[in-house]
Amino acid sequence: MNRFATPWLALALAAMLGACASSGPTRDDSLYQALGEREGIEMLVDGLLFRISENQKILHHFTEADPGRLHRTLTEQFCELSGGPCTYSGDDMVTVHTAMRITEAEFNSLVEDLIQVMEHQRIPIQAQNRLLARLAPMRSEIIGL
Amino acid sequence: MGVPIRQAACLLLLCLPLAAQAGGGRLLATGGLTQLEGAAGGGLVPWAVLAGYGTADETGGTIAISHTVLPDYNLSMLGLAYTFYNRVEISAARQSLALDLGSGTEEIRQDILGAKVRLTGDLVYDTLPQLSLGLQYKRNRDMDTPEAVGAERKDGVDAYLAVSRLFLGAIGGYDLLLNGTLRATRANELGLLGQGGPDNDSYKLMPEISVAVLLNRSTAVGYEYRRKPDNLGLDESHWHDVFFAWFPSKQLAFAAALVDAGSVGPYDSQRGLYLSLQGSF
Repeated sequence: MNRFATPWLALALAAMLGACASSGPTRDDSLYQALGEREGIEMLVDGLLFRISENQKILHHFTEADPGRLHRTLTEQFCELSGGPCTYSGDDMVTVHTAMRITEAEFNSLVEDLIQVMEHQRIPIQAQNRLLARLAPMRSEIIGL
Repeated sequence: MGVPIRQAACLLLLCLPLAAQAGGGRLLATGGLTQLEGAAGGGLVPWAVLAGYGTADETGGTIAISHTVLPDYNLSMLGLAYTFYNRVEISAARQSLALDLGSGTEEIRQDILGAKVRLTGDLVYDTLPQLSLGLQYKRNRDMDTPEAVGAERKDGVDAYLAVSRLFLGAIGGYDLLLNGTLRATRANELGLLGQGGPDNDSYKLMPEISVAVLLNRSTAVGYEYRRKPDNLGLDESHWHDVFFAWFPSKQLAFAAALVDAGSVGPYDSQRGLYLSLQGSF
C-alpha cells in the first residue's frame, strides 16, 4: 500500500498547488515587478506588436486595428493582470473579438509570439508562465466568435 | 532481430526534412511523447493528449522509435500515430523484445493497434482538463515462451481513460503536467507474455500516473508509475521511470529515462535505460 500511496500523495499535493497558483489576478504586484513594471511591459508590447506585424498567420486580424490604441490597451491589460497600478480601458474581450473567427491555431500563434518576445527580453521563465496563466482563461472569450 | 526497427529509424531520419515543412497550431510539447504501446503520452503511460500538433481545424501525426536496455532484455518499439482534428488519434506500433537466454537470443514481437478519442477539455486551456478514452488491441506474434509460462491467449484489448492537465506556472512559476490513467487490462508484461494466466484471467483496473515539470520552453523532467497485473504468478512488477524530455522544435522530440521494470519473467532487478526519438508532421 505504501509504494502505491506515495505517487498519489504527490499528485494530490501538486493538484492543490496548481489550484492555488492559478487563482487569477491578485493585488500582489510581484509579477508586475518581475515584468519590469510599466517600462518593461511597454517594451514587451512593443516587441509583441512588431512580431504580429511580421506574422502572416495572424496579421490579417489586425489590419483595422489602431496601433496606438492597441499598444495602450494591451499595456494597460498586461499591467492590470500582473497586479500593477493600471486600469484596462478597452472593450471587453468578447466585444473586441466578435466576428473575427479566430482559430485555436491563430490564438496559439499569438501566444508563441508573446513567448518569443519574453524569451528575447530575458524575462524569467517563472514570470512568463505566471503571465500566461493569467491570460489563458481569456481564450474562450477570444476564439471561435 | 531489430532490423525492421533499424530501417525505420533511417526512414524516420529521412522523413524529418519533409516534416520540417509542416507544423501544427498547438503549443510546443503539447503533443507529448510516444509511449511504449504507440499512443501519445509519456514513456510508459498513455496521456489524454493526442499525437502531433494539430488543432481542431488540423490533422497531423508522429513517428517514433524507442529502445529500452535492461540487464536481460532489450525492448524496441516503432510507432506511428495520426490525429484528426484534435479529436481522434489512431496508432500502430510494433514491439520487439529480445531475451538473452545465454545459449542465444529469442525475440518476441507484438503488434498494437490503438485508438484514442478526446472526450472533452483541453490540456492547457478551458475549465476542464483534457479527458480521453483509448483502446489498444494487442496481438502477440511469438507465443512459444508466453505459452510456456502459462499465458492463456495471444491477443486482447486494453481500454483506458486518461486525464491530463498542464498547470501554468503552478510550481514556483514552473509549468506542471499531471496525468492520471486508469486501464482495464489482462495483459502480461504489456502483452509481450500474452494475455491472462493461471493466477488470473479477468480484466483488472490498473492506475498509471505521470508528473512532469517543464524546466523551460523545451525541456521537461518527470516521473511515471504504471501498475501491472500478475496473471502468470511470476511476481510481475509495477513499472516506474524518471524521464528527461527535450522538444527542440515542433518536429522533433527526444526522451531519456531511467526505468525500473522490476521482475520480468524469470529475471528480477530489471533496471535500465530508455531512449526515444519522435518526429512530428
